[in-house]
Amino acid sequence: MTDRALVVVRAGALTTVQDLGRPGHAHLGVPRSGALDPYALRLANRLVGNPGHEAVLETTLTGCEIRPRGELTVAVGGAPCPVRVGGRPAAWGAPVRVAAGELLEVGAAVRGVRSYVAFAGGIATEPVLGSRSTDLLSGLGPAPLADGAVLPLGRPTGPAARVDGSPWPGPPSELVLRVRFGPRDDWFTEGARRTLAAGGHRVSAASNRIGLRTEGPALERAVHGELPSEGMVLGAVQVPPDGRPVVFLADHPTTGGYPVVAVVREHDLAAAAQAAPGTPVRFVPDR
Amino acid sequence: MRLLPVGEGALLVELGSGEEAGALHAELLRRRAEGTLPPVREIVPAARTVLLDGVEEPDRLADELPRWSVPPLAPGGGAVTEIPVRYDGPDLAEVAALWKVSVAGVAAVHSAAEFRVAFCGFAPGFAYLTGLGEEFAVPRRVTPRTAVPAGSVALAGTYTGVYPRSSPGGWQLIGTTDAVLWDPAREPASLLSPGARVRFVPCAEAGR
Repeated sequence: MTDRALVVVRAGALTTVQDLGRPGHAHLGVPRSGALDPYALRLANRLVGNPGHEAVLETTLTGCEIRPRGELTVAVGGAPCPVRVGGRPAAWGAPVRVAAGELLEVGAAVRGVRSYVAFAGGIATEPVLGSRSTDLLSGLGPAPLADGAVLPLGRPTGPAARVDGSPWPGPPSELVLRVRFGPRDDWFTEGARRTLAAGGHRVSAASNRIGLRTEGPALERAVHGELPSEGMVLGAVQVPPDGRPVVFLADHPTTGGYPVVAVVREHDLAAAAQAAPGTPVRFVPDR
Repeated sequence: MRLLPVGEGALLVELGSGEEAGALHAELLRRRAEGTLPPVREIVPAARTVLLDGVEEPDRLADELPRWSVPPLAPGGGAVTEIPVRYDGPDLAEVAALWKVSVAGVAAVHSAAEFRVAFCGFAPGFAYLTGLGEEFAVPRRVTPRTAVPAGSVALAGTYTGVYPRSSPGGWQLIGTTDAVLWDPAREPASLLSPGARVRFVPCAEAGR
């Protein structure tokens, strides 16, 4: 049915379609991709009555504006932001009804970076290797949203949650990332290990879906050779030649040649996705 | 064999050579096919390592792995993927000079070799193929190209690769193929996967 579609009125700085990604193809050079804050994706989906894995929109700092062709339930979660429906203020973090042709305005993030907009029925673009996620490293999945684009929707499978609100973790004022040293911590000096754990790092504005870049202290290498390419994992703390650690997020390359000093616990990466540029970062070795 | 911890749920196995990494990768696939490998989400071979990601009990697997008997990679056996190629790349003369052969000699050497997909990376479907000896190693270009056309057959170090789509790249381009390396609508999407055997077949008009 033609009214099961969304019209993009304002795409925002970077809005992409995301679900839980396409793990399992790393050996072919395919990144896992998927929502950077999977907890927000699952909760937004549940609020509109979708299974937790349905495809939603992931916005970046500046939100987006969407006009659904038919009446439906939506929920905006993740980074807190003002929400308006048909010009009237509406709830953030709860199911909201949007009438056919009404404008849904997802405002700029008040705190945090990425808001998630779930639609009853889910976004139904063509899956690639089992996922609808946009992968910005390799270009798989739908292109980032553009003004005027039309996205198909699936059929709702369940009723919206009967809640007025739900608990969301707030974006971090300090990003605490628990790490386990290795696999290549022996490529760094003892001082570099202390530097990593001592704090003083901040989130760089050059961060993106591929990695959270840091500003601040550089890590000193003990081994100066070239590392032959090896497999990379989500949360890997890779150290490029400038010595400033980069934490790999969902669109990270599957292999790489810079040494990985430590790996962040997967659970802590959703907060990394919501840490705005300038946020202090503390790496805490997990023993 | 060195076992390196990678976070909570992964393990990096470092081997002495690319050949040994290929042999362990083949053994892992064999055990997975038999159903005797504990569940692993990703098995990612690379230059000298195999990464096992999404492992429930990485410590237990790390204890077991050194006790495995891993047969060395056997030459021959199994199907060979043939890639038709026109040896017409812009860096052909430079490679010929480095190899100390004629331009026709590059095609002769390259098409006589049997290659193995050591690993994939850089882009979906981009395979790092081994099969040329150290004497045929070439450096990357000093200035990478901003756009290498899809289907370019290229060399870097002792690796051969085929660009699945147009992208920036610093490899030396020796030829062109019309083979489709990557097509997400096809099953399997990637023409080449780790462990596959490959030959390049010279032809005037490289057909599909």
